[in-house]
Amino acid sequence: MNTKGKVFKYPDNVDTDVIIPARYLNTANAKELALHCMEDIDTEFVKKVEKGDVMVAGWNFGCGSSREHAPLVIKTCGTGCVIAKSFARIFYRNAINIGLPILECEKAAEEINANDEVSVDFDTGLITNHTNGKTYKAQPFPPFIQNIIKCGGLLKSLKEGENDD
Amino acid sequence: MGMTMTQKILAAHAGLESVTAGQLINAKLDIVLGNDITTPVAVNEFKKAGFNKVFDKDRVAIVLDHFVPNKDIKAAEQSKQCREFACSHCVSHFYDVGKMGIEHALLPEQGVVTAGDCIIGADSHTCTYGALGAFSTGVGSTDMAAGMATGMAWFKVPSAIKFNIKNKLPSNCSGKDVILTIIGMIGVDGALYKSMEFCGDGVASLSMDDRLCICNMAIEAGAKNGIFPVDEVTKAYMNGRCERKPVVYEADADAEYEKVIDIDLSKIVPTVACPHLPENTHPASELSDIKIDQVVIGSCTNGRMEDMEIAYRILSGKKVADGVRCIIIPGTMQILRECVEKGYYTAFIDAGAVVSTPTCGPCLGGYMGILAAGERCIATTNRNFVGRMGHTESEVYLASPATAAASALTGYITHPKEV
Repeated sequence: MNTKGKVFKYPDNVDTDVIIPARYLNTANAKELALHCMEDIDTEFVKKVEKGDVMVAGWNFGCGSSREHAPLVIKTCGTGCVIAKSFARIFYRNAINIGLPILECEKAAEEINANDEVSVDFDTGLITNHTNGKTYKAQPFPPFIQNIIKCGGLLKSLKEGENDD
Repeated sequence: MGMTMTQKILAAHAGLESVTAGQLINAKLDIVLGNDITTPVAVNEFKKAGFNKVFDKDRVAIVLDHFVPNKDIKAAEQSKQCREFACSHCVSHFYDVGKMGIEHALLPEQGVVTAGDCIIGADSHTCTYGALGAFSTGVGSTDMAAGMATGMAWFKVPSAIKFNIKNKLPSNCSGKDVILTIIGMIGVDGALYKSMEFCGDGVASLSMDDRLCICNMAIEAGAKNGIFPVDEVTKAYMNGRCERKPVVYEADADAEYEKVIDIDLSKIVPTVACPHLPENTHPASELSDIKIDQVVIGSCTNGRMEDMEIAYRILSGKKVADGVRCIIIPGTMQILRECVEKGYYTAFIDAGAVVSTPTCGPCLGGYMGILAAGERCIATTNRNFVGRMGHTESEVYLASPATAAASALTGYITHPKEV
């Protein structure tokens, strides 16, 4: 599994209120919500994002509320992966549970620039910046989490577990 | 090696003798919680995965609190979906308008959560219940769906930071000033993935409302949970209230902590977090030239009875400054009722404030106090991110009920001793 696309670069502490403002949370429809993704810090994002594109951000990405709508809108917009120096814990958990690939890699998050062309191999954690040829190695997920992703999310992995009994 | 209090609760719920930081475990849940924003997503996932019953109708709690009484048609549809799900699964802890409160004020008050519990909630401030000596953490809707279906959740056992609390708070200060001071010290990711364990001789001087407020904002330091030991104050609060028997866990004497931070309560001052991060804290006394347009006293952080009492003491017999809107939101129907009985409600109205039924409303920019471009609000809520309470060019200053109420009287950020 991998993704390739251009980079949208964001700072430290990107919170769930700017990823998807609560004023839109009167619906759970992901497509409708995705129209407002990143709206409060980057009104251009939804106009420019294309399938496979990569978000690169600083420390503590996704801090704030537990709203699963946040990773969901990022994924629904077509974003192929989020690379950050670190993720807030509920966002991290939610991203895994809904199947949005995320990677923690401080060096990549530091050096990759907006609009660079980047590809990510999720199996190996290899990040390649095609704009300058640099590569980075992120920590792959532990096996427990790889299994959730392989099954296509937490609930599907639970269903498979049920069938094993 | 010994375990922290959090690790002991997790080990017990995973059926293990001991656990260590970093270990992945599957733990039994005592309560699974959702609200009117997160439950619809969970219900969709629950159904999509083909589950047709909840693991235990008495262990699921659904509270409609974010956008109720419904702010618009879409919100009404979401509430309706929650209501139908709760009804069809006979969820015993379903709280609708008339019975509801802000979830993290309501569940402890109603005795739904208790000491020793392992709780997940599809709301980030679920960490509040650590005040009762429970392990309690916020998750997303998919985790809620899985928890409702199986009664289990996976966790990575957290390491911990110990906060050694000593002495007593000065008058004019409360739990909010303590937690804002701590977040200012360690930053919004200072406890990322970790437990914040509060202990020490000073704990006994903190009321339950102070402790609930402190644990409530553990998430604002990135923590997985915040937790207090169970003492006489906790026992007095739980006595006759909790529907299940409390189980008391204590940290081992040789428990390992990543860091120990001393907090001297006597040195705490009224503290304000300036835009746009809860870590951007300053003493209220240094912000007296900041003019405000709105005051919000309420939320899952500070909508409890003691918060109402503090607001009453400051606002009673006085007038909210011209040009300031002061919105007071008691956290639960019981608190609202008590405000009526004690005459607080009348005093608030006479002071020129408005009083709402319980709702999360303005805290997350939902309704009931949205800010226009360029407006400033001092609020007892928990987040001051860009656009949190309305327009992206509005500003939220986080403070205690005392500082917020004092500021309502002057129209500027004000140290409570000034009024």
